[in-house]
Amino acid sequence: MKIAFTSSGTTWESIIDPRFGRTEYIVMYDEESQELSVVDNSSVKNEAHGAGTATSQRIFELQPDVLITGNGPGDNASAALKHIKMKILVNAHDLTLRQAYEQYKNGELKEQ
Amino acid sequence: MINRKPLKIAIASGKGGTGKTTLSTNLAAYIAEQQEVVLVDLDVEEPNSGLFFNGELIHEEPNLKMIPQWDESKCTLCGICRKVCNFHAVIQLGPTIVVFPQLCHSCYACSELCPENALPMIPKSTGTLKDFRSGNLHFIESRMDVGEEQAVPAISKTKNYAAGKYGNANFTIYDSPPGTSCPVIEAVKDVDFVILITEPTPFGLHDLRLAVETVRALKKPFGVVINRYGIGNDEVIEYCTEEDIPILAKIANSRKIAGLYSSGKLIYNEVPEVKTALQEILDHCLKMMEGEHK
Repeated sequence: MKIAFTSSGTTWESIIDPRFGRTEYIVMYDEESQELSVVDNSSVKNEAHGAGTATSQRIFELQPDVLITGNGPGDNASAALKHIKMKILVNAHDLTLRQAYEQYKNGELKEQ
Repeated sequence: MINRKPLKIAIASGKGGTGKTTLSTNLAAYIAEQQEVVLVDLDVEEPNSGLFFNGELIHEEPNLKMIPQWDESKCTLCGICRKVCNFHAVIQLGPTIVVFPQLCHSCYACSELCPENALPMIPKSTGTLKDFRSGNLHFIESRMDVGEEQAVPAISKTKNYAAGKYGNANFTIYDSPPGTSCPVIEAVKDVDFVILITEPTPFGLHDLRLAVETVRALKKPFGVVINRYGIGNDEVIEYCTEEDIPILAKIANSRKIAGLYSSGKLIYNEVPEVKTALQEILDHCLKMMEGEHK
């Protein structure tokens, strides 16, 4: 399974970024290889318009199985993400990536 | 009334809820007692001037914007469309091009640059324009559909409709949206005079300053009306004096006015001071305009 986090930093100890479209980073965790990889999303973050759909495009290219985020994508991004077979888990803000991952494993995160 | 060039006035404010609609509707109705006047509600995200008039609906039309429509049969998935869209209104998800009409700014880039003509532009309704008549008063409003984001095209179209149909009327009054952002600029940019209405509170003053900076940048003659006069403090008056801004009128804070407004009624016939204030505002606008054109 590949898991994508919206993140304010680049490590397991970083806090989940509650924003979807304007998240600072997208952090990917590949459970098979147990590797963490980071996509800098700052170019999208500073867009005046369409940050949600632009980040959706990126997420699509990364092809995760699960997305863990905070507030949840807005209407446009949600419409875009419907084209991707992916589980979206929300309300993980205030958690570190590690805590969020553990909560996901324990089935404690809410599905959008 | 003397013959002169038709006068276009915008009633604007930095802060919301300071009395733009109160002043717009009452001033328009007051002028309409004597002569033809056009009131245009440009607060297209939440138009409410219409609540104060029982006009006859003369005309209704959709506000259209052009958006691309994906033709799957022609598309080769080259990706040019999504790369050229500055607004991320066109994205490519694997074998699918997805268009987000509400993000689209109708720039035609994706459509024109598509080598296969797979994104023809089609009209989409974003709201409705209505034209009412009540005696000497023409009332025009546009109302955006829920979920639409772009007020500026609707404002521009509504102004053009009013100017095209009633451009010869002596007075056109724009009830502007609040704030100082793009919709306000669009509403104010082609008027002859701007009335900034404010309340005499620190909050009112803060947003008045922003509104003054905006109309000064647009090089528009303007004056201030103080509404709910008597609350707050004297800082708005001090500011206007320092900045040499004419105060056109003061409308006293009054429970009676609030009550009439809340029940959808015009005020100036019930509160004589308001009628006096309207006449003062009108005189001032006309005088300033005469000065401008001499």
